[in-house]
Amino acid sequence: MAEVILENLSKSFGHEQAVIDMNMTIDDGSFVVLLGPTGAGKTTTLRLISGLEKLDAGSISIDGRVVDNETPAQRDVAMVFQQYSLYPHLSVRNNLAFPLRSPILQTSKADIERKVSEVAEILQISDKLDNKATELSGGEMQRVSIGRALVRDPAIYLMDEPLSSLDARLRADLRIELKRIQSDLGSTLLYVTHDQIEAMTMATHIGVLQEGRLVQFGTPREIYENPNSIYVASRLGLPRINVLPADLFPGTAGLAHSIGLRPEHIAYGDGVEASVRRVEHLGDQTRLHLDLAGHVITALSPAGDPYQAGSTIKIQPINPLYFDDGGQQTVGRIS
Amino acid sequence: MSYSVTEPSSRQKWVAGTLVVLYALITMVPLLWIMMTSFKTPPDSISYPPKILYQPSLEGYVNLFTTRTRVSPEKLASLPPPANFAEEIVRDRKMVIAGPSKFGGRFLNSVIIGFGSTFLSVFLGTLAAYAFSRFKIPLADDLLFFILSTRMMPPIAVAIPIFLMYRKLGLNDTHLGMILLYTAVNISLAVWLLKGFIDEIPREYEEAALIDGYTRFQAFYKVVLPQAATGIASTAIFCLIFAWNEYAFAVLLTSGTAQTAPPFIPTIIGVGGLDWPAIAAGATLFLLPVMIFTVMLRKHLLRGITFGAVRK
Repeated sequence: MAEVILENLSKSFGHEQAVIDMNMTIDDGSFVVLLGPTGAGKTTTLRLISGLEKLDAGSISIDGRVVDNETPAQRDVAMVFQQYSLYPHLSVRNNLAFPLRSPILQTSKADIERKVSEVAEILQISDKLDNKATELSGGEMQRVSIGRALVRDPAIYLMDEPLSSLDARLRADLRIELKRIQSDLGSTLLYVTHDQIEAMTMATHIGVLQEGRLVQFGTPREIYENPNSIYVASRLGLPRINVLPADLFPGTAGLAHSIGLRPEHIAYGDGVEASVRRVEHLGDQTRLHLDLAGHVITALSPAGDPYQAGSTIKIQPINPLYFDDGGQQTVGRIS
Repeated sequence: MSYSVTEPSSRQKWVAGTLVVLYALITMVPLLWIMMTSFKTPPDSISYPPKILYQPSLEGYVNLFTTRTRVSPEKLASLPPPANFAEEIVRDRKMVIAGPSKFGGRFLNSVIIGFGSTFLSVFLGTLAAYAFSRFKIPLADDLLFFILSTRMMPPIAVAIPIFLMYRKLGLNDTHLGMILLYTAVNISLAVWLLKGFIDEIPREYEEAALIDGYTRFQAFYKVVLPQAATGIASTAIFCLIFAWNEYAFAVLLTSGTAQTAPPFIPTIIGVGGLDWPAIAAGATLFLLPVMIFTVMLRKHLLRGITFGAVRK
């Protein structure tokens, strides 16, 4: 386990800038989630750290050692790929043992046996050890490929959307399991996802990426409560944050260019009148789609108030987020 | 992957089955005829109408592997009884075995040259195909086109320059010369076929191996090669079939030490009249290695269907 420091990383493919001037410190024992849409540079960042891609500029150090010129094998990292994860010609057991048999680790037979069954136990694939990798379901394959990382004790685990292809139940189980393993072992983990639930529940820190740049880095709470831009704010929260012109409400008019309202930022009963367009019952919550002077707002219905489509409702913001005309957060009044 | 959802009806299966069996019969008849002829006696082999049922004889095989001389009846009577079945067959024709024929040596030449050039073509082809598939090579497309262009005319079109070059280099009638020649012809096929197969293997496998602590060569050896086995097997079969059957260059460039079986088998005709059973025996034995090689690699050819533990 080790600290990983990224300094001014840049990488482009042809004319495409994949990662631009990225700085990040991944503390020893932290669980860092990189969040961003497709093409934001999440996977490229992982590949740069693993050594699968060469840096254009900048420097990476792992455990105080600059690794820019080291091969992936020398860097002592483990990686879980999004797909094509298993060696198809090997059994599950041999897939799991593959990293341990490498010329760098050269683990003894007994240790391989012990580690493989340990990891198989954790991931509940003990009964599949002698199957061919091709004979597994999608969920089992992905568990094996996570297992192939877990058999090692690397400086850092790199995971590229490891749960994205699993069904919802398995994803929820493995999410908890991964988090438990990480905190039990005190491992350092860099995890790429675009699933905000994974980000919020597992991360000690979240880094939000936008078009190759790291736009905000902080604890999940900081990112959720104090996003520095509309872009970051809309990465987290379900239903998504509503961004409205500030002058829609008398209380916020003139304070900023626009305001961001999460469902919990909306108070009912007073304020501006909006009409209910649609009501969605999700079981544990009821969502209201409101129309306010042509702007669509998604809100949560207050408990015990069964609004119906067509009715009107009065709303006002409480402690909203303020943004300037460039989408950056401003604390209060526009200059 | 897509599957046809409708099961074929029993009538469709019956029609399809009949067609396949018919086709198989038609293609097998010449082979069967050659094999049958190889077990006939010379008189049976030229009898008209052709005999379907006959007393099988190993005379063709004996004649293929031996040279014989005719002796007078008195001499024949004075000889000790025949030591083995071959001598018995030969004595019935009032001859004695004078020594072994050249067939064994020619057949061995074919094996050395055929398998040698196949190994070399596939070995070089795999490495080249991997490089073309995975690395950024300057002018890669032009190089690939250049490699392919060596097959744009029939190889025999360059027979005269090659003959002259080989004479200068002392490669005429040598095993090495023939191996190099067949490798040169086959390598373009090997590179192109194998590049297609290796392109299909996702890079993630090697990348995973690189991160798992292996060098690139080890990743190639442990991860790429096993998965390219299907492609390597089918490429090897194609290369072997070409090198094994090649006739024109073999006639032109070999005459003695390195002569392969194809130019040798027809020369049997000239030895003591038209000895069809011997020729058929030669052809039968000549067919076997490619058949055995193909059957041995059949598992790999079929494995292509289950290729890849891939989530797409």
